[in-house]
Amino acid sequence: MGAVGRLPGGGLAKGLAVTLRTMTRRSITRQYPEVQPDLPPRSRGVIALFEENCTVCMLCARECPDWCIYIDSHKETLPAEGGGRPRTRNVLDRFAIDFALCMYCGICIEVCPFDALFWSPEFEYAEYDIAELTHEKERLREWMWTVPPPQAHDAGAEQPKEVAASQRAAARGPARGAARATARGPAARSAPGAGDEGVSDRPPPVRRERGRGAPGDGEGGRTVDGRDAPRRGGTGHGGEDSGGRDA
Amino acid sequence: MPDLLEIVVKLALVAAAFAVLPLLVGQAEHKVMAHMQGRLGPMYAGAFHGWAQLVADGVKFAQKESVVPRAADRTVFKLAPAVAIVPYLLVLVVVPVGPDGQVALDLGLGLFFALAVMGVGVIGAIMAGWASANKYSLLGGMRVAAQLMSYELPMVFAASSVAMAAGTLSLSGIVEEWRWWWLPWQAVGAVVFFVAGLAELRRPPFDMPVADSEIIFGPYTEYGGLRFALFLLAEYAGIVVLCALTTVLFLGGWKGPFLNAELGWLWTLLKVFVLAFVVIWLRVTYPRMREDQLQKLAWAYLVPLSLGQLALTGVLKVALA
Repeated sequence: MGAVGRLPGGGLAKGLAVTLRTMTRRSITRQYPEVQPDLPPRSRGVIALFEENCTVCMLCARECPDWCIYIDSHKETLPAEGGGRPRTRNVLDRFAIDFALCMYCGICIEVCPFDALFWSPEFEYAEYDIAELTHEKERLREWMWTVPPPQAHDAGAEQPKEVAASQRAAARGPARGAARATARGPAARSAPGAGDEGVSDRPPPVRRERGRGAPGDGEGGRTVDGRDAPRRGGTGHGGEDSGGRDA
Repeated sequence: MPDLLEIVVKLALVAAAFAVLPLLVGQAEHKVMAHMQGRLGPMYAGAFHGWAQLVADGVKFAQKESVVPRAADRTVFKLAPAVAIVPYLLVLVVVPVGPDGQVALDLGLGLFFALAVMGVGVIGAIMAGWASANKYSLLGGMRVAAQLMSYELPMVFAASSVAMAAGTLSLSGIVEEWRWWWLPWQAVGAVVFFVAGLAELRRPPFDMPVADSEIIFGPYTEYGGLRFALFLLAEYAGIVVLCALTTVLFLGGWKGPFLNAELGWLWTLLKVFVLAFVVIWLRVTYPRMREDQLQKLAWAYLVPLSLGQLALTGVLKVALA
């Protein structure tokens, strides 16, 4: 090929060869409406809401650079079960995202501490009117079914934080870490209620405060649970979880 | 009476070829160009690989408003598309597709007639450029005229070389005389004729007169609707005519590997389509030449080459005689 290029007119021949070779290859065009595109798993198509996980903490609405998330809620008081004071919880009345304003930055998904927001690869939600691009929580919940399961980690990748933390706790010794390991380890993940029961085993009240407020302590169990839930279809666990959390 | 019937059938066949072949070339250009660029081209019209795309285009053009600019020279403006397209129909009349009178009109001066009438086709574009009352159209028209001036010369030289070799100006006569060793003998002439013909048709890479980045669409800027469609059709009819003439003059017309008498028309058609493919191929491959490059190619390369071919033909002709 290089020798051809140096002959007079060789460049012209090379050009003809390129076009002819391209013609014999399969075209890369995808016939979109007939054939759905196979999008990569992390496609940023639309934002789905896993309503059961939402605690109306408003973090997403406050972090949103476009202010395109609208949240309304009210408080409900749950009667005390078996003694103790009655518990209040937030009930979500409205959760809407205006996709005419949204710039798909994904900050709301990053910031959600309870894994209630997810990227969905779904992209066919064009409307004829800009006002119809504000989608309410029912539609956002529907999109939850289109969220693919999380990808497996790459071979040799860093371990997930939750697993690493529980293993470190277990390695710290049976004497000190036994109670916490049961609270935060694999057992907690399979049964989210166990975490809250486990908290009552911890004597110092200061620890409990920190555990509730800071996103570190009880968080591990919830995160894993939240990630698991949509994969299984998202029933049950999330609701239980949020009920326990707002004590 | 049988003579009259024969003439009517032949003219009907020429008209049918004139209606169908340019559309086939156009559709082939859609698909070949698309695949050469890694695309699919039209896929919807007609449900199977967009075979009816040009029909749909025609329907669209027919529905469009035909506007004549206020300052335009109305008569010339309206006449230009016809002047552009009719000559190619006339050339097809004298092109032989097979031996023993398989030609609508066997003119003794066939080659002369074909070249003269093809030149008239270019006048249509010049008229369009002049009559449009648009500076871009005028510039385009001037470029067309300049191109016609420079490329007509090597084209005629190359064609006359073949006429000299065959000793006749009749297109059927030239094919009768043709032998396979004319291929290397007239190779330079064939290339010069084909390239000059492309330039006269203003096909890319010689489409300077319609350079859209400089002068919008040259002489056709003000045209729309059916008149514009006629100009487009003229371009594709021109491809068919050029390929047919090249086939007849340089590639032996109806002469194939076997069954020349029975399948002659098929060999002709096959060669025409192969050449049409080359026309499309060249269009996809090469970028548009600049105006000065265009002129330089004609005067500095094609004219000397065709003169050399003439000399070679003459010398060999005398030596053989």
